Amino acid sequence: MLKVENLHVSVKGTPILKGLSLSVGAGEIHAIMGPNGSGKSTLASVLAGKDGYEVTSGSVQYRGQDLLEMLPEERARAGVFLAFQYPIEIPGVNNAYLLKAGLNAQRAANGQPQVDAFEFMRLIKSKMELMQISKEFLNRSVNEGFSGGEKKRNEILQMLMLEPALAVLDETDSGLDVDALKIVAAGVNSLRSPERSMVLVTHYERLLELIVPDRVHVLADGRIVKSGDRTLARELDERGYDWIQAEVASA
Amino acid sequence: MATDSDQLSALVKQKYRHGFVTDIEQDTVPPGLSEDVIRFISAKKGEPEFLTEWRLKAYRHWLTMHEPTWAHVRYEPIDYQSISYYSAPKSKDDAPKSLDEVDPKLLETYDKLGIPLHERARLAGVAVDAVFDSVSVATTFKAKLAEAGVIFCSFSEAVRNHPELVEKYLGTVVPTRDNFFAALNSAVFTDGSFVYIPKGVRCPMELSTYFRINAANTGQFERTLIVADEGSHVSYLEGCTAPMRDENQLHAAVVELVALDNAQIKYSTVQNWYPGDENGVGGIYNFVTKRGDCRGVNSKISWTQVETGSAITWKYPSCILRGDNSVGEFYSVAVTNNYQQADTGTKMIHIGQNTRSTIISKGISAGHGQNAYRGLVRILPTAKGARNYTQCDSLLLGDQCGAHTFPYIESRERSANVEHEATTSKISEDQLFYCRQRGLSEEDAVNMIVNGFCREVFKELPMEFAVEAQNLLNVSLEGAVG
Repeated sequence: MLKVENLHVSVKGTPILKGLSLSVGAGEIHAIMGPNGSGKSTLASVLAGKDGYEVTSGSVQYRGQDLLEMLPEERARAGVFLAFQYPIEIPGVNNAYLLKAGLNAQRAANGQPQVDAFEFMRLIKSKMELMQISKEFLNRSVNEGFSGGEKKRNEILQMLMLEPALAVLDETDSGLDVDALKIVAAGVNSLRSPERSMVLVTHYERLLELIVPDRVHVLADGRIVKSGDRTLARELDERGYDWIQAEVASA
Repeated sequence: MATDSDQLSALVKQKYRHGFVTDIEQDTVPPGLSEDVIRFISAKKGEPEFLTEWRLKAYRHWLTMHEPTWAHVRYEPIDYQSISYYSAPKSKDDAPKSLDEVDPKLLETYDKLGIPLHERARLAGVAVDAVFDSVSVATTFKAKLAEAGVIFCSFSEAVRNHPELVEKYLGTVVPTRDNFFAALNSAVFTDGSFVYIPKGVRCPMELSTYFRINAANTGQFERTLIVADEGSHVSYLEGCTAPMRDENQLHAAVVELVALDNAQIKYSTVQNWYPGDENGVGGIYNFVTKRGDCRGVNSKISWTQVETGSAITWKYPSCILRGDNSVGEFYSVAVTNNYQQADTGTKMIHIGQNTRSTIISKGISAGHGQNAYRGLVRILPTAKGARNYTQCDSLLLGDQCGAHTFPYIESRERSANVEHEATTSKISEDQLFYCRQRGLSEEDAVNMIVNGFCREVFKELPMEFAVEAQNLLNVSLEGAVG
């Protein structure tokens, strides 16, 4: 599904990712953990195609295509979804309207018929129940005046509607209380399927108790320095990141 | 050399002078303005004596006036003697015979705006059956309006058929001496619209210049007068969604609204005159005076405007809140792209007690566009308990454009309450990226964000106009990003 090889990325001339490699198979969930400033969010942004990130070397293959050659909207329509760490507010733009426009752009790209307002409401109803989002939420402006938890639930709602092949969740757990975290995890888990891959970028292990990953990677100083199964996440939770950095330094 | 060119221009002028014939049968006059020209226009239109005199008075005063220079706009000086002040509606013989003869670029724009086919033909001035379709539609509407007692006709017809109403109200809101362009308009206006809603009548439909067949040919100096008698209601739409292919041309229109006791007037404008090309060549100078007089108690006048066209816009639809408890509203979206310039806003003059006004202004600048909001809120000592709320937002696309805000607040009454809020923002890269990550193209994302920015104003427009305004905005901002 996703193959990142020896990726080097700079922001304003400063190298952030320094030879990152990662391979995610279909149906797999990979967690990327690591201390602040290790490059986790940079990886998420580069995968989604955000401006301001200069790929100096390396490659990213998505379903056999060169992902780095594609525009952000082309990636989105091809099934790459980013759940933002800080979902942006867009005053005056109806939440449902943006989502419907995105869904229809994706469907148009895939040669599928457009959904009208009635079909859209039919599709979104059960998903809103799952995310415990009320109906009036759809008619509010995108993320405007949403609480932190509402913004994150809205991200997952969008993901449920767009049904991506590759979902990248950037610190979706940050700022959530336990109840909200459970709702978000239920939403994410409902999308688990053999055809769908996910990359969870997170700082904390608690998300991984609810969304159990197949692989856990530790990102430090722009590289993946350690990989393992879910037990690695627990170890990190107990011992912090210092020991890994020490281990890397001594290696 | 200077002498040569002076001589040359003198020669040219001379030629024009020679060419000047006050022949009542002819359809145009040579360029230039004089009392003779004004008498010619008035005679040509068969106007009563009072109107001829009124025009001449305006002209004589205009001669003593100077063109205003305070607006935040720049343009080459206008030579008022080079303008032809009268030309009869274009003959159908000159009009294109079918849509095939119309500029394809124009048709493409209509397509993007979603204007129905039969409308397109009419807008492009095609002299075929399509036009007659709308003639019959208009006739049907006219019958229905007449039944309700509503007078809705061209200004010329009103002068002929209802001179007493015209004489009673003309110039009572915008006096001939009001300003340079209003004085000019008063002297030379050729046509426009007239509306009278009788006492207690709620106009059975939205009145629109669309239904007026001669609207397309009313020319540069329109005059509109709307009178809502006691307890009446009217909603008037002034639509120019067809881009006019013109060189720099002066449009100096005047609109006067009069609302008597308990009457309500809602006036909506979608203005899309030709804005000039991407290098700022050509385009309309839209120098318009619009004012409403809430003359009666509990009356209400509401202006909604979407200004996307014209090379230069100079316009301040205003409300004089004379009657106690009267309400004035101004909702505006003004877009400047490429080299367009806009200096627009409103004046709310609070005279009566408990008068209320609301101003919502949204300015969008793109390309090298310059967009200024200029607004005056004046509370006179008589306006006890007056209230105003002003919100003035600017959105910038790109870094070559400008947004300017000139609010003037003069409150001379202690019990008055005046609020002013202003913001300036840019479409952020993060907003664009967010939308694109959900699958929208960059252009669609910009349109969506800009439309969201304008939502408070668009919701004031009648339904079918709101959709059109949105499409218009998208077309106007084409190529503004990326």
